[in-house]
Amino acid sequence: MHKPPTYKPFGNTAILIEWQAIISEEILNDIILFRDKIQKEKSTLIADFIIGYNSLTLKYTNEISNYSDETQQLQSIYQQDLKRQQTEKFLWEIPVCYDLEFGIDLRELSEKSNINIEKIIKIHSKKIYTVFFIGFLPGFLYLGGLDSRLYFDRKPNPRLKVPKGAVAIGGKQTGVYPQESAGGWNIIGRTPIHFFNIKNENPCFAKAGDQVKFKAISLDEFYQTEKEITENKYLISKKLLND
Amino acid sequence: MIRVLKAGFYTSIQDRGRVGFASKGVPVSGVMDSYSADLANRILDNSLANALLEITFGGCKLEFLVETTICISGGDFSAMINNKPIVLNSRIKINKNDVLSFGNINFGARCYLAVKGGFLTETILGSRSFYQNITKQMILKKGDVLPILSFNNNLEASNSVIKVSCSYFKSIEINCYKGPEFELLNNHQKEQLLNTIFTISNDNNRMGCRLNEVIDNNLPSILTSAVLVGTVQLTPSGKLIVLMRDCQVTGGYPRILQLTTAAINRLAQKTTHQNLKFILKSI
Repeated sequence: MHKPPTYKPFGNTAILIEWQAIISEEILNDIILFRDKIQKEKSTLIADFIIGYNSLTLKYTNEISNYSDETQQLQSIYQQDLKRQQTEKFLWEIPVCYDLEFGIDLRELSEKSNINIEKIIKIHSKKIYTVFFIGFLPGFLYLGGLDSRLYFDRKPNPRLKVPKGAVAIGGKQTGVYPQESAGGWNIIGRTPIHFFNIKNENPCFAKAGDQVKFKAISLDEFYQTEKEITENKYLISKKLLND
Repeated sequence: MIRVLKAGFYTSIQDRGRVGFASKGVPVSGVMDSYSADLANRILDNSLANALLEITFGGCKLEFLVETTICISGGDFSAMINNKPIVLNSRIKINKNDVLSFGNINFGARCYLAVKGGFLTETILGSRSFYQNITKQMILKKGDVLPILSFNNNLEASNSVIKVSCSYFKSIEINCYKGPEFELLNNHQKEQLLNTIFTISNDNNRMGCRLNEVIDNNLPSILTSAVLVGTVQLTPSGKLIVLMRDCQVTGGYPRILQLTTAAINRLAQKTTHQNLKFILKSI
């Protein structure tokens, strides 16, 4: 069992709650459960919750008048034996085209690792990844669970333009660029799925605690799916997870 | 309506920003200097939530297509209506076809144009603040037409002016608290951090402000965690970045200081080559 979290002021309107500095799903689940408890007790006082690998930051709507009182309250909320709220968690299936047209770094990664391209694709699309949190860009999912054979250093010179939908590997992480941006990760494919769409009531379908699986598709399927998405005829395949 | 005749260097619509979407990775955005923006709205008896135009270094030229009353607060860029100077922090009655323009930069980096009733551009995720990939545009461009209401009632006498102290713009003191990783610094590093007069590099914008001077750095990266507006990050090179309103919601560099709200507003009025000194306050 992990140690209980510690509390630090983060300016005069936020509190940083930290767990041990390791990346683990057990800690993630504890963070999410704690967030749910706080939300239940103090929803009107907190403007934003920000989850990190081993942290939960509470941004208060107003200045925190008594920091130690507030910390004590949080500690007792942490102790509460709340039955886990049935916040539904989903497994999302994300179609990815790993064709060399999109997977522009696949060849280089294959040479570096001595694993052939088909195998890289197979390893990447077989794993189930956990969404730890969302940051960096609107809709950028921090995914844990990459197979260690696919750990590749970031590129020495970041690209100025990584296209929207690029699926990439950076160090021990994999992820999808939700919009065109600069970026130093190795690009291995592209998905037609929008990870952030302001037209939707919930602009980003995934949340911390959800899971993601990539499904390899052909170039034809990519363009077909892209067309269906534009015409609003595509639903991302999802499965409810029971835990 | 207001027509943009000249867009200027960097002019955008801003309000109090996007609250409640950090868990989706959405930056707060909003006015860089909320003190000056609030002042402009208050002078017009607007709601503080009303959107304003944030104008960096002047340079823009706007034509009013309706009657209204305006107020300009913040930096002084010699604002003029129909080429006649106007006074900051006061109510200015505007007639149809009046033109607002700017001249010399006297002090500050950003001014705020409030109009009675606020700017009525599209609201997305609870805010009108321009931000890349969230709103359709990031900055104004020539030819844009901005929706505002026509307002032809008289607000009370317009000759009262609120004086803003010059030290608000000129003081180099930036108040801050210890950031989450402050205690990882050794005494020498803390001394460097608090005794150096830093200068703002030319890499400063709505996302953040890089400083030129270097402090010794042996701190490792942290596991990606929250960053806030006003967080001071220590980069591997030893240079500091002060995050501003458009900053991302998470980061991996040690967070060594956290600016007070008032200090964020003051920094928003500073620009390239200007100095600042961090003053540590206790919580």
